[in-house]
Amino acid sequence: MTPSTGPTLSDSALAICIFSALLVPFALAGLSLINAGLGRSRSAAHSMLSSLCVLAVAAIVYFACGFAWQGFSARPAHLLTVAGREWNWIAAQPFFFRSLELDGSPASLSAWLQMLSVGLAALIPLGSGADRWRLSASCLSTALLAGCTYPLFAHWVWGGGWLAQLGVNYGLGHGFVDAGGSSSIHALGGLTALAVVWILGPRRGKYTMDGMPTAIPGHNAVFVLFGCLLTLIGWLGLNCAGAILFTGAESGRVVLIAVNTTLAAASAALTAAAITRLRFGKPDASLTANGWVSGLVASSAACAFVNPAAAVLIGLMAGVVVTFTIEWLESWLAVDDPAGAISVHAVAGCWGVLALGLFARLPGPALKTVNNYGRWSGGTDTGQWMAQLVGIATLLGFVLPLTYSLNWLLNRFYTQRVAVEGDRQGMDLYELGTSAYPDFATHSDEFIQR
Amino acid sequence: MRLTGFLFLLAGWLIVLAAVALLAPALPRAVFVLAGLGVEVLGLIFVVRSHLAVRGERE
Repeated sequence: MTPSTGPTLSDSALAICIFSALLVPFALAGLSLINAGLGRSRSAAHSMLSSLCVLAVAAIVYFACGFAWQGFSARPAHLLTVAGREWNWIAAQPFFFRSLELDGSPASLSAWLQMLSVGLAALIPLGSGADRWRLSASCLSTALLAGCTYPLFAHWVWGGGWLAQLGVNYGLGHGFVDAGGSSSIHALGGLTALAVVWILGPRRGKYTMDGMPTAIPGHNAVFVLFGCLLTLIGWLGLNCAGAILFTGAESGRVVLIAVNTTLAAASAALTAAAITRLRFGKPDASLTANGWVSGLVASSAACAFVNPAAAVLIGLMAGVVVTFTIEWLESWLAVDDPAGAISVHAVAGCWGVLALGLFARLPGPALKTVNNYGRWSGGTDTGQWMAQLVGIATLLGFVLPLTYSLNWLLNRFYTQRVAVEGDRQGMDLYELGTSAYPDFATHSDEFIQR
Repeated sequence: MRLTGFLFLLAGWLIVLAAVALLAPALPRAVFVLAGLGVEVLGLIFVVRSHLAVRGERE
């Protein structure tokens, strides 16, 4: 176990962190609206209720056991010794926040921020499983994510775990760095979404008998686009608080973080709009919205350490990659992802992590000051590249099999997909007994099996 | 095929970990990390193909 002497924050950094964390719920609201808008009208109320329930489950499970396993830098943890080096693999905190003073210390701020972040990660699979994922099953799956997958990986990245220590132990730059959660929130949530979609299978009528995908457009573009605006506010908070708490960025960097976050989202959205305009003759609202969020996701990892021009480039690439992977997943891999969450969060998240290795100039002394984080090894930026690749390999080689196994086991004991009747009626009527829009006539073609 | 795919994913990750833990020189370490990622991509292809096959059977 490691001793428990934690890092400290200046008064200005503390104030910025608290203000930033207060903005994060806007990201939750935005993502919930995007998920609901990209689903069908007959599942809209179910989608919003699922979001609320999933956030509630995530917060309670994280409080009960998530923080105990995630911990915070320089707090007690279990260590393995491999080839003479210590590998910090899981925190050793008591359950129910019992060792945590909720007094504005960095550890307590981290616990609060993580309680919101785990909710954000849990919302991502909801968009992918829309129109067919039972409410109770999504809550159980969220409990697994908030109690197991998320705390473990987040400890490795943000809790002083072995990924964060790659710099100190093996001279790989500053170790794996992710300021705002491109990997630990978004790529993890996106890979969970992929596992869930594989287990649930496509929506009824999504593919014809010869395997061709049919278009099932989202029911409310206004929800989706307003959700995008809300996510920007939330992301500004998430990136600022994350950069200060987890990478020790000084409070003056907040302006750079805000500028980079906004620029990445803007360039990704414009790229997606331009690509869809060129390919289809008109800009596509849902793909442009996906582009916007993918820019935010990709900006998170490196927001505090790149210049604005690099942020534009990161966003631009995110917009290109997401636009094409959404189509590729749907048409070639038969992955029915109504919200495009796998591309937006998993693919753009991995790109964001990689982009940090490509573009970031990490200031050694700045990362060293707050910390007791002990990241800076005096290594080079070349090693940073490698550390980021190790992080991506961990996401693919450990997180994906783990989250798939957990959801597969859950599905063995408790079927996650709604019954055929629910597929045909819509989730609102079948699971809630009511509709989001009771005054509107239901289109008969929604009940026709394609 | 799905199980094989997931085992490949895990094996690729272990190769990456072994490269980081056991190899000190930068070049061999980089080569083995990239090789581990390659094995993971292979695993991903297996898993994807297994799900395509299951969908084909259902149809």
